[in-house]
Amino acid sequence: MNTELTGIIATFLLTLVIAIPLGKYLAKVFAGEKVWTDFLKPLENLIYKLSGINIKVQMDWKQQLKALLAINVLWLVYGFFVLIFQNHLPLNPDGNPGMTPDLAFNTIISFVANCNLQHYSGESGVSYLTQQFVLMFLQFVSAATGIAAAVVFFKAFRDKTTTQLGNFWEFFVKAITRLLLPLSVIVALILTFNGTPASYDAKDQFISVQGDTVNVSRGPAAQFIAIKHLGTNGGGYFGANSAHPFENPSYLTNMVEAISQTIIPLAMVIAFGYFIRRRKLAWTIFGVMTIGLFMLLIPTITSELGGNPALAKMGISQATGAMEGKEVRFGPAATAYWSTLTTVISTGSVNGMHDSTMPLTGLWQLLAMMINGFYGGCGVGILNYFIYLIIAVFISGLMVGRTPEFLGHKVEAREIKIAALITLLSPFLILAGTAIASYVFTNHADAAWAVQPKAWLNNPGFHGFSEMLYEVTSSNANNGSGFEGLGDNNVFWNVLTGVIIFLGRFLPIIGPVAIAGLLGAKKFIPESAGTLKTDTKTFALMTLAVILVLNALSYFPALALGPLAEYFTMLK
Amino acid sequence: MKKYIIPSIRLTLVLIVLLCIIYPISIALAGRFSKGNGAGEKITKNGKTIGYALLGQSFTKPAYFWGRPSAVNYNAAGSAGSNKGPSNPDYLKEVQSRIDTLLKYNPGLKKSEIPADMVTASGSGLDPNISEQGATIQIARVAKTRHISEQKVKELVALNTIKPLMGLFGPSSVNVLKLNLALDNL
Repeated sequence: MNTELTGIIATFLLTLVIAIPLGKYLAKVFAGEKVWTDFLKPLENLIYKLSGINIKVQMDWKQQLKALLAINVLWLVYGFFVLIFQNHLPLNPDGNPGMTPDLAFNTIISFVANCNLQHYSGESGVSYLTQQFVLMFLQFVSAATGIAAAVVFFKAFRDKTTTQLGNFWEFFVKAITRLLLPLSVIVALILTFNGTPASYDAKDQFISVQGDTVNVSRGPAAQFIAIKHLGTNGGGYFGANSAHPFENPSYLTNMVEAISQTIIPLAMVIAFGYFIRRRKLAWTIFGVMTIGLFMLLIPTITSELGGNPALAKMGISQATGAMEGKEVRFGPAATAYWSTLTTVISTGSVNGMHDSTMPLTGLWQLLAMMINGFYGGCGVGILNYFIYLIIAVFISGLMVGRTPEFLGHKVEAREIKIAALITLLSPFLILAGTAIASYVFTNHADAAWAVQPKAWLNNPGFHGFSEMLYEVTSSNANNGSGFEGLGDNNVFWNVLTGVIIFLGRFLPIIGPVAIAGLLGAKKFIPESAGTLKTDTKTFALMTLAVILVLNALSYFPALALGPLAEYFTMLK
Repeated sequence: MKKYIIPSIRLTLVLIVLLCIIYPISIALAGRFSKGNGAGEKITKNGKTIGYALLGQSFTKPAYFWGRPSAVNYNAAGSAGSNKGPSNPDYLKEVQSRIDTLLKYNPGLKKSEIPADMVTASGSGLDPNISEQGATIQIARVAKTRHISEQKVKELVALNTIKPLMGLFGPSSVNVLKLNLALDNL
């Protein structure tokens, strides 16, 4: 078998081997049971003490969300000002300028929201201070926010009837001390010892073999790249993200980075089952998500390994597959694998340029982000999936004529309304956003912005439309990858995507936590013969069908105008 | 809301110390024991830095093995791919002209022998590697320009070929900079 395929199979198997025990460990950590990392308790107690937090205070779901939003708003304000004034602050050895207000608005929302859409380039757009004290900081805390929100949601289903959902600060801090920070240290060290820079040295300059003067951007990148993947953030230290040889020096580091962005979302699903003592349910969810992953992954790999038909016509050899925008050390298979992972999981880091992938690959990438619930981002993935579950419970309930129930709690009008609104939010933001962009592109081509609308698109025709659709979809999914040909650093895209990222982050956290809180407070109904079982294969299939039908109905027209149209024109 | 704001501020400050000072500085210190002291491994010749082991650089002279096309001309302070879509007509013209250039400088080369990586831009614009096939098709040209035997060049290519990880995972590739330096040192 060819080594490119064995490489991705090995990567996936290693991911499972790490993620499953990690999930069991997380369930124990958040349930407060004994684990081997308890030696970190004194550190946590010190953090609580210095912050004036009493973790014995129990919060209901509203208080949890208030705490979550308060600290997130604080980070927005803090980061915004650092970004604008970074040129006046220390640790800026390359003398990079401060950000414009609209770029700072976009960037700070993007990083607070765990999205990491970047309209700047790491080498020239930010200082070392910004990279570490704002961006990397937010990569830790935004991932921890997602995980803490998921644990609150777990809590609601652990006991029969409860309004006491634990302490937000405790979950949040533990997500960092017991999970993100230790793993980041390991991954950062692996990267550093494989060639990724980790020091604070400024830009270097050398004369190349042929006599060209070359400037080399460096800096503390390994620390950043570790959490960028573990926290499913995805923002690159350098412009080319994980395609850059410093960010991702070898096939080994590529495997490490691909594994590190996948383990926590997988582990959270397992943790859910162990935490609420319903392992079978977790495995069912895990099964649906994995089937979903493969449904997107296999055609992506086929499409990339097939190469570009237009280049095939020129008569060259594409023995390993399409190579535009890809790196030789990874090859098309590992790049295709990564592109599916990063869109399914909302990391949004890339090890090859998505804009240059084949039309159908673009289709699967877009669809993965539109669904946004096959594993999904740190913590928020399972929350997104929960919305699909509630809709599936409701529809199944209607089909068999029973009051819908989930884990012993009646699902009633209020919960369904919330779930329906959250379900509608994504298509609304994605389609309306793309429509506005297309309108501006066609009718206000000469608007006097930093990048005029007529110069937005790097590619003509259907592919150009895909660039806009991708940008908006990626924002809503809090993914952060892009068809990077799009000229996006101007007030229109900065504001539009900033607003979409914000809504696409916080409403899908508030919704599921609210539903869980409401359900958890209801009277517990013991399971009977009449209960609709949610951990069976039938129900799993039902959920998968709901996911596919909802998304197909919402997005088929948009996908037909972009990647599908491009695919069919290339067949000619 | 005040109940949440004050702890938020204090917690943020504490975490900044932990995550933005203690964590990255510890890694940077550990990095001093890595190749290149954690600032990128340099390649030097006669005491001068002539490149970074991981970063590709531009080679255009016939006596050197060429690397992949780069959208940013190997600018290591502004990495990027071309972001050209697969059906873009301008892009396809560009690929065609790269094919023509290769055919011109490598007489006897057949189109069907040209691997895709030699005519497509890399994702980073800094790809240090080419495929084995990409090196093979240049052997005759390099040997002829340097007046050395093809066998000798072939051996150097083999020496600078990076095998799949543990022989099992991922593609093999050839590091262009190291190969060219080996040629210069002959």
